[in-house]
Amino acid sequence: MTLKPRITAEAASQSMAEIEPKYRPQEAKVEADRCLYCFDAPCIMACPTGIDIPGFIKKIATHNLTGAARVILESNILGASCARVCPTSVLCEGACVMLDRDEKPIKIGRLQRYATDHVFDNKINVFPVKARPNGRKAALIGGGPASLGCAAELARLGYQVVIFEKKPEAGGLNTYGIAYYKLTPEVSLAEVNLVKSLGVEIRTGIEVGKDIAMDKILAEYDAVFLGVGLGNTLKLDIPGEDKQGVVEALEFIDWIHTRPLHQVPVGERVAVIGCGNTAIDAVTQAKRLGAKEATIIYRRGEEDMPAYEYEYEIAKKDGCAFLFHTAPVEVIGNGSVTALKLVKTRNNAEGKAEVVPGSEFTKEFDMVIKALGQQKQVSMLKKLVPDLALDKAGRVVCDAQTGQTNVEKVFVGGDARNGGREVVNAVAEGKKAARGIHAWLGGQVTAGPVQNSRLGNKDGITGSGFDHPARVPELEAAYYQSKNEVRHG
Amino acid sequence: MADLSVNLAGIKSPNPFWVASAPPANTAYQCHRAFEAGWGGVVWKTIGDPIVNVSSRYSSLDIGGNRMVGFNNIELISDRSPETNFREIAECKKRWPNHAVIASLMTDTRENWHDYMKRSVDCGADGVELNFGCPHGMCERGMGSAVGQNPDVIEAIVGWVMEVAEIPVIVKLTPNITDITRPARAAKRAGADAISLINTINSITQVNLDNFCPEPYVQGYSTHGGYCGPAVKPIALNMLQACASDPQVGLPISGIGGIGNWKDAAEFIALGATSVQVCTAIMHYGFRIVEDMIDGLNDYLDKKGMASVNELRGRAVKSVDKWETLNLNYKRIADINYDKCIGCNLCYIACEDGAHQAIDLVDEGGRGLGPGRLPGKKIPQINVEHCVGCNLCSLVCPVENCITMVDVETKKPHMSWKEYQTKLAAGEIERIPAHP
Repeated sequence: MTLKPRITAEAASQSMAEIEPKYRPQEAKVEADRCLYCFDAPCIMACPTGIDIPGFIKKIATHNLTGAARVILESNILGASCARVCPTSVLCEGACVMLDRDEKPIKIGRLQRYATDHVFDNKINVFPVKARPNGRKAALIGGGPASLGCAAELARLGYQVVIFEKKPEAGGLNTYGIAYYKLTPEVSLAEVNLVKSLGVEIRTGIEVGKDIAMDKILAEYDAVFLGVGLGNTLKLDIPGEDKQGVVEALEFIDWIHTRPLHQVPVGERVAVIGCGNTAIDAVTQAKRLGAKEATIIYRRGEEDMPAYEYEYEIAKKDGCAFLFHTAPVEVIGNGSVTALKLVKTRNNAEGKAEVVPGSEFTKEFDMVIKALGQQKQVSMLKKLVPDLALDKAGRVVCDAQTGQTNVEKVFVGGDARNGGREVVNAVAEGKKAARGIHAWLGGQVTAGPVQNSRLGNKDGITGSGFDHPARVPELEAAYYQSKNEVRHG
Repeated sequence: MADLSVNLAGIKSPNPFWVASAPPANTAYQCHRAFEAGWGGVVWKTIGDPIVNVSSRYSSLDIGGNRMVGFNNIELISDRSPETNFREIAECKKRWPNHAVIASLMTDTRENWHDYMKRSVDCGADGVELNFGCPHGMCERGMGSAVGQNPDVIEAIVGWVMEVAEIPVIVKLTPNITDITRPARAAKRAGADAISLINTINSITQVNLDNFCPEPYVQGYSTHGGYCGPAVKPIALNMLQACASDPQVGLPISGIGGIGNWKDAAEFIALGATSVQVCTAIMHYGFRIVEDMIDGLNDYLDKKGMASVNELRGRAVKSVDKWETLNLNYKRIADINYDKCIGCNLCYIACEDGAHQAIDLVDEGGRGLGPGRLPGKKIPQINVEHCVGCNLCSLVCPVENCITMVDVETKKPHMSWKEYQTKLAAGEIERIPAHP
């Protein structure tokens, strides 16, 4: 076993420090003053949780930081972590009108962080008024972003909310599974505490179906929300996968979040299989924790990788290597991994990756990190709620606006529903399900945070992204395809 | 290269850019630095019985990222002795014979005015400026704006000064008055050679919300200060035009108030100023700002084919007239250039909530989209029928030349309010119906 800590505590605190430090007050002011305060702002439309972005930015500009944080957290209870991990370049910042003026978009993520840090660092309670209890009870299975989003909204609507979380801490992947240099567990746990401060009870170390029966929950609560996320990493299905030194990406990232940084074991030559955002998190952190070489192995090309462009840039800057059009066929080693047998691949006529005959080669590695994406928890879901309808991909089927499943009382949101998207999508879906639950139980559902135009937001993309989530690149692609136009610039 | 030299009532300077009577014009050292940088004249910090100042003295109005959009002070006239000031003026004149050095004066009795006037002549000053403008401190002692607010007192004091005046006399006016032409006419009646305006405006720039004391702070208290800087330019231009267009004033004018660059200066000159005086911009950036003022004005005059800055003077004065003379039948409306529109919809909400509800949000309808906009997002469209041509949308639009105002042919003859009233009275036309 050649996995061992390779870096001093001091070096780790530097190499794993946050990529984007907090704004200094003057930086924040200058950036906030740049915002035009658009009406029907595209950034709001591109935010799945529909944060009134120009609204909170103007508050930063007037030094009303608590008010700014309240605007953010009212729409998105995980506003502090989303400020750090959201793919802002394809969401709010990607929609900023400044781009059209050939200027840099407003740094919405960093401003959001500035405002939310202010209230967390100074222990300011932004929600001092508790909702009047409405006598209803809701149980939320899983303590990740979807459940926290759902819990905050339900608590504000007067529900008694209990979250059941299997792990020792709530927060889900925010607490255990995001690159340390983007989001530290402390930020996630502070948000968990914020949710608790709304009156939500979080029972950790409880696995539903094992420590408590699902039937009991269904009987005791008026509504149940499934925020169970996804399961283990997909298998490589190649010989030698069980050798020592082969770990799952989320397991590796979990070590980083639960041990002192200088005690996280890492190989000298690390291979990461896969090229999604989690693969990037794994390869960069392996490098930052002292690996001499850290290499992404991906069976398709650079242009096909699912990781965001800016994530790819981080990995390149960190000096990580990329083996595109390459796939592992065997893990070699005597007990512990010593090398990978690899083949070259190419895209065939249908665009699928196929092996190039006779291209086999071997490369030395002492650690292999699997990052092929997480499995759906089909069997677990079927065990918990036998009648639950799932689609072919193993996602829970539900109503798009309310998150209600085919099973009475049961609502869903987050990765279990969408198959694995961003934190902000999970929060939004949790919030939607909360409103769905409330409506289903006969409550009044409140409107979005922004004032409508005279013409209203009845159709098309206006108002808040919570009602009509808009994702810039996808929308643009669809639009120009439909118009059969080539985009200028 | 156009000729920038000016002659204000006999005071000659190589260009129209003068340092105003203020902290930048306090010493010979500063005067030398100003002339080295290229300034054409210096109006000395007001000379009088030496005063004692307080600490602190200045405050500002900052907007967004812009510092000192407005600026105020509670500093009094020169705290140096008249002997020192007149000696230093003499030094400056010796070294800079072709530049204008003007002694700014403030005192009380006839004897004292005579004394200061004579000493100004003796030290070689090119002219004097009588400070009837300071709205803080000195006015409490019956000087400064206390004089400037009373045309009779102006007339009397200017009369005293003119009894011994051997060099041109400029009267500096306070804007803290309802009708600026009254004191200007008084100065004229008393024989002044020129006027300068505006001095600073009574102000409180900001209140400290922790100690509830405005700035500038003097041990828990503050006082009304004199306001200046870019934010006062519109007020200054208005008063300048009022004096320049008044036949009963008919004096050369040195324009003051918020001038920071050649464009500001050109606007003042176009509204009738012969020279312009600058203070706040120097206090912000130093004397070097004159370099672009000279260069920019020169370039502008060349482009316009004007051989001398004097050709520019007063060109805009006649374009300002009474409201009742404006053509009611003229119409212009807003026009959005969709190639430039960035989709901020500020025009929409400004018109909707703040004006005349004449912009609709409609489907983009093939007008094309820029990179920052969401496909399918509604775009603003001018409602031609409802648009009153108020300019608001074009003012809020953050993109240059995106919303422009275009003339609409109304096919109606020129008719001002005055003409309308006449025609109505004569029964020639129907009353224009009220707006629904």
